[in-house]
Amino acid sequence: MAADTAAPPKRTLSPSGRRRVGGLLLLLPALVALTLFFVLPLLSIIVDSVTDPEPGLGNYASLFTDGYTLRVLGRTLLVALVVTVAGVLLAYPYAYMMTLAGPSVRAVMVTVVLVPFWTSMLARNFAWMVLMQDGGVVQGVFGLVGLGDVTLLGTTTAVTISMTQVLLPFMVLPMFSVMQQIDRRLTLAGQSLGASRFSSFRKVYFPLSLPGVAAGASLVFVLALGFYVTPALLGSPQSSMIAQVISVRTRDLLDFGGGGAMGVFMLVVTLAVLAASRRLTGPGGAAGAAHAIVGGNER
Amino acid sequence: MTTPTPGAGRIELTSLSKRYGSGPLVVDDVTIDIASGEFVTLLGPSGSGKTTTLNMIAGFTEVSSGRIRLGGRDIAPLPPHKRDFGMVFQNYALFPHMTVTQNIAFPLRERKVPKAEIARRVEQVLELVDLTGMGGRRPDELSGGQQQRVALARAVVFSPSVLLLDEPLSALDRKLRQSLQQEIKRLHEELKLTFVFVTHDQDEAMSLSDRIAVFNNGRVERIGTPADLYRNPGTRFVARFLGESNLFEGSLRPGGVYEWGGHKWAADGTPGEFDLVVRPERLRIAATPAEVPADANQVPATVAGLYFQGTHQRIELDYGEGPAGCAVLPPDAVGADLRPGSGVTAYWDPAHQVLVTRPNEENE
Repeated sequence: MAADTAAPPKRTLSPSGRRRVGGLLLLLPALVALTLFFVLPLLSIIVDSVTDPEPGLGNYASLFTDGYTLRVLGRTLLVALVVTVAGVLLAYPYAYMMTLAGPSVRAVMVTVVLVPFWTSMLARNFAWMVLMQDGGVVQGVFGLVGLGDVTLLGTTTAVTISMTQVLLPFMVLPMFSVMQQIDRRLTLAGQSLGASRFSSFRKVYFPLSLPGVAAGASLVFVLALGFYVTPALLGSPQSSMIAQVISVRTRDLLDFGGGGAMGVFMLVVTLAVLAASRRLTGPGGAAGAAHAIVGGNER
Repeated sequence: MTTPTPGAGRIELTSLSKRYGSGPLVVDDVTIDIASGEFVTLLGPSGSGKTTTLNMIAGFTEVSSGRIRLGGRDIAPLPPHKRDFGMVFQNYALFPHMTVTQNIAFPLRERKVPKAEIARRVEQVLELVDLTGMGGRRPDELSGGQQQRVALARAVVFSPSVLLLDEPLSALDRKLRQSLQQEIKRLHEELKLTFVFVTHDQDEAMSLSDRIAVFNNGRVERIGTPADLYRNPGTRFVARFLGESNLFEGSLRPGGVYEWGGHKWAADGTPGEFDLVVRPERLRIAATPAEVPADANQVPATVAGLYFQGTHQRIELDYGEGPAGCAVLPPDAVGADLRPGSGVTAYWDPAHQVLVTRPNEENE
């Protein structure tokens, strides 16, 4: 049809070459959108960070020398790390139980995990504000275990607790998706070969579930690094995280170069984390995590 | 491999039963005494309780009532890892994150065997299953047959007194299945372990086993040597599950007469409701009743199908009522003019027929 009327040069294209052209055409809209709205702005940030206010690496140098930025960076990395570790500890048994549960219990468990996804970010954070205010529920619980009147609101602790909860689904789902693929007979086989239940779990099941842990952990760590709303609402200026500082730099101080340098630095850290997770789990670590969230269980 | 101490591999199952919650009995009063070094197959259709029985022996499933003894010792309270069984699973259950060598070394490492001894035993067992030089590969780099041989090696490397095999061949294609059958048979002869083999494949059961326990509805319907069960199945279920049969649902009258559909045949035994079974290779075919020897039992039949199979010829028969049957004869035993639809007379020597009991109503 179209080929019959096509211009002569087109006829010289091999079938596979033609298919490649067709494939590129399908990619074109997304490529254009990505370039216009992501790649170009990103380039402009990078350019700003080395040219504004004056050309050079001054913005990057001050990141590491002004004392304040480094402290915020350290705090941000620490919070992200604690949120990740706490998330792994909470999510691992939960995801494991999901693989053991019957279909109806599992559906309930999935729903419970997904509820935070369906609630607005602001609503969740305001809920945590109510829970953690002075005289609130959380403080009451702390009092019961003898921790007394700990002020939570406005502290890094409050931010960490809330972020752990908010980010839990990103931890549970990739773990569940990987655990579901593990043949349960493998641990039985381990037991038949002389390993106790625990030992069989540790030496057979656990190593096989690690890709899920790495996927969930890298996803949560990366998301936690850029968290803005939670530290803004539950934290305080004294405990701000990098996203808040970037926001202040660019919106209040109009220091696009400085803010850009911070952004680029965080991007580098993020890429480093993803690369490390990829090395740990092979290709498909974070990609698998994304799939687990978007596509459900089949892989 | 060390030779196990005599009697260590004896397994006694006594009135073993399993019930989940308040459900029906999945395994119902199973009693089997397996001698040390014996190859016993638990044979039955799916859901007959054979796998549950194996899992109770292995310790994966709790026993509801009854006793399991290994080498005279009650092992019911022991967790699986203290029971000293090797087990081969249906889908191999090799550890995907370990190499072949690491897989096989696993049970030895769990038993804290010294490193040099582990290396020696792994090498030895790899040779035993003909996989020398494959130790560095990962399970997903092996074919199905090789994977199953690794699973076998892993299950025997620590010299257990018993090897449990849960449908180990069902995931393989027909040709591989046959070569692995021989492999398993050879392993059994070389290692002199007790083998408890679960399968739903009667051919596998017949060619491998010293004895077969036929499971039906959670019970052991019959237990015996393959030849014994084939010649004298005892119940209708066994007659139909093991090999083929011509089965007539009549009854034995006083005076040695078996009556079916108006026919009267010579038969011995206490009168009662029994099925009469004739195995296909015992059945003969005549074109007319006149050709039938005087002392034979006979029945008219219609040829439903004729299959030439080289070494023999298979003739499917329709008896008008009741289940269809067949005869397996030498290739030139019947005239060339036989066609599907031809009327013939099937006959047999009364010495070659057996009477079997009918299932209870509840079992049907």
